[in-house]
Amino acid sequence: MSNTDFTIAKDNDGKSILQFLAGELKPRGKFLTPFNIISIPIIILGLIIIVIRFWKGLGSVTNLTQEVPWGLWIGFDVVTGVAFAGGAYVLTFMVYILNVQKYHSIVRITVLNGFLAYVFYAGALLLDLGRPWNVVNPIIGNSFGTSSVLFLVAWHFLLYMIAQLIEFSPAVAEWLGAKRARKILSGMTVAAVIFGITLSTLHQSGLGALYLMAKDKIHPLWYSEFIPVLFFVSSIFAGLSMVIFEGSISHRVFFDQISEENHKSHKGIMVGLSKICAVAMFAYFFLQVLVFVHGKRWDLLGTPMGYWYLMEIFGFVLLPMLLFFYSYRHKNVNMIKVAAIITMLGVILNRLNVTVIGFRWDSAIRYIPTWMELVVTLAVIFTEIWIFRWVINRMPVLRESPSWVNVKE
Amino acid sequence: MTINRKDFFKVLGITGASVVLGKDLNAAQKRDDKVEFSGILYDSTRCAGCQTCESSCAEANGLPAPTETIQAGVLRKTDESHRTVVNAFNSSKGEAYLKKQCMHCNDPACTAACLTQAMYKTKEGPVIWRGEKCMGCRYCMVSCPFDIPKFEYHSSNPKIEKCNMCYSRLNEGKIPACVENCPAEALLFGKRRDLVKEARKRIGENPGQYVDHIYGEHEAGGTGFLYLSAVPFEELGLNPSIQTESYPGLSKGFLYSVPTIFVLWPAILLGIREATKNNHLNAEENE
Repeated sequence: MSNTDFTIAKDNDGKSILQFLAGELKPRGKFLTPFNIISIPIIILGLIIIVIRFWKGLGSVTNLTQEVPWGLWIGFDVVTGVAFAGGAYVLTFMVYILNVQKYHSIVRITVLNGFLAYVFYAGALLLDLGRPWNVVNPIIGNSFGTSSVLFLVAWHFLLYMIAQLIEFSPAVAEWLGAKRARKILSGMTVAAVIFGITLSTLHQSGLGALYLMAKDKIHPLWYSEFIPVLFFVSSIFAGLSMVIFEGSISHRVFFDQISEENHKSHKGIMVGLSKICAVAMFAYFFLQVLVFVHGKRWDLLGTPMGYWYLMEIFGFVLLPMLLFFYSYRHKNVNMIKVAAIITMLGVILNRLNVTVIGFRWDSAIRYIPTWMELVVTLAVIFTEIWIFRWVINRMPVLRESPSWVNVKE
Repeated sequence: MTINRKDFFKVLGITGASVVLGKDLNAAQKRDDKVEFSGILYDSTRCAGCQTCESSCAEANGLPAPTETIQAGVLRKTDESHRTVVNAFNSSKGEAYLKKQCMHCNDPACTAACLTQAMYKTKEGPVIWRGEKCMGCRYCMVSCPFDIPKFEYHSSNPKIEKCNMCYSRLNEGKIPACVENCPAEALLFGKRRDLVKEARKRIGENPGQYVDHIYGEHEAGGTGFLYLSAVPFEELGLNPSIQTESYPGLSKGFLYSVPTIFVLWPAILLGIREATKNNHLNAEENE
C-alpha cells in the first residue's frame, strides 16, 4: 500500500479523470470483515427506518413527546457528536497557531474525522427536522431569525464544514494529482484554520447556549448560566480523547500506511495529548465546582439525581483527569487509552444529562429512546466510518504525501 | 433572454437604490404606527367550566371538536388537536376552573428561539406560527416555559399547533372565538394595558373575591393572556416558578458575546501565530 500514491499520481496522467474515479470507487481489500458483517445490516435497517420516518412522521419511529421534543438524535448525534469532533480545532490551533510541529502528522486524520463528524451528525439533524424542505430558510431567503442561538449554530455548522473542507482539501488534490490546485488550496489553510477556531469556539459553546432558555426544564444541577463555557471547555478534552481513541485504532487498522517516523512519534503524541487533556479537565472540574458552590446546591446532592451528578463529576471527570496526569508522568500509553475512554463516556453522560436525562427529569412520562432511534444512530456512525475508511485507503491522510509535494510547508 | 453590460448595471443600480430607499421608507413608517399589544383577560372566578371556548376554538380553527369532559383532578393538556383546554381543580375555595392556551408573551421565548422567524410576535400582540417558514426543529417547544407549541408527530407534513389569538379573525375586525362565545363573560378581549387596569379594578372592588395578583402581568416579562383567580395560582396548575424577566434575556448574554469573539479571536490567533513562528526551530530541544 505504501507506494501506491506514486502509482496513482502516475496513472492519473494516463487515464481520464472519470476512469480514475470509477476505479477508486470500487471497494478494496477483504469484504467479509467482522466490521462489515455487523455494520451492513444495521445500515440497511437504519435506511428502512428513515424511510418510515419520512413517510409516517417522527412519532412512528421515535418516542419523542410534546414535553421532550429533542431526544437521542439531537442529544447524542448532534450535541455529543460535535463535542467529539472538537479535536480538529484544538489540533489545528496547536499546529498552525502555536506552531507545535510535533502534532503535524495527525492533523489530517483529525480534520478528516472532524469534517465527517460534522457532515454526518449535522446531517442527522435533517432526520429530526419535521419540515426539512424548509432547511434552507435560515441560510437563504428572508427568514433570518437572528435572535436565535440555533440560527448561529446552523450557520456555524455550515461555515465550519466549509473551513474544514478547505483544511483537508490538499489531501484531495494530492489524491487527484492536481498540483496547481494543491498549491492554491494549501495557501488557504491558515485562513481556514483561524476562521475554523473562531467558529468552533462559538458553536461548541452555542450548543450549550441552546438550552439556556429551558431554565425550568433542566435539573438545576446541570442548568446554570455557564453551560456555554462548560460546553466549550469540555469540548477540548472531548475532542482530544476522541483523537487518542481514534488514533490508537487507526494506528492498528491502517498500520501499513503509517511511515516509520510517524510510528516512532506516536507515543510522544499520545503522551503530549494526555497532558493537555489533564489540564483542560482540571479547568473544567474547577469550573464545575465553582458553579456548584456559587449556585448553593448542597441540598440537591442527597437526591438520586444528586448521586448521579456526583458520579459524573468524580467518576468521569476527576478520575480520568488523575489517570491522564498519572500516565503523562509515567508515559503509560495503555493508561492514556483507558483514561480517554472513561473521558468519552463522561462527555456522553454529561451531554445526555443536560439534553435528555436531566431534561424534564420530573415529568411523569420519561422519554426513553426506541430501538429504532438507536439503530438510526448506529447506522449514522457506521456510515461515517465507512466513508472514513474509504478516504484513508485512497487519499494521503495517514500515509506520506506523494513525492511531488514539497515537504516544507 | 440576453442582457448586456450596460443593462446589467442599470438593473443593479435600480435594485440597489430601491433596496436602500425601500428600507428607509419602511423604517419611517414603523416609527409612526403605535399599535398596542392586544390581549385577553380570563377571570377564573366567573368561569363555569362549560368548555364552550374549547368547542368554539376547534370550530374556528378547523380542529376536531373536543370530546373529553372536565373532571376535577384530571389534568388535560393542550395538544396538536386542542389549542385550548379548561381544567377543574379542587382548590381551597372549592372547585375552580382554569383555561390553558398560549400566553402570547410580550417577549416570547419561542420567537427568540425560532431561527426562521416562523414563530412570530405580531405588532398587534398575538404570537403566530407561519408554516411556510418553519423547518420543524421544535426549538420553540424546548424553549417555551409554558409548554405551548405542540407538534404533529404522526404526520409527514407536520404543523406546530398553538393558539394564535384567532389572528385571522382579528384582521377581519372580529374578536377571538373563545372570547366571543364565552357565555359567562369570563373572557375579555382588549388592549393589554386596558386589561391590566380592568383586572386591578376588579381586585380593588372585590378584594375578598380575588388573590391580589394578576398572573401574566409580570410573569415571563409580561404576557398577553392575563389571569385572575380566587385562589393562589399554583392551586390551579400554573407554574409559580416562572421568572419575571423575559426568557430570551437568558441567552442574550451569550448572543452579545458573539460579535466580540468574532472580531477579537482572529486577531488574537494571528498574533499568537506570529509570536510562535520560530518555535519549530527549537522544537528539537524541547523533545
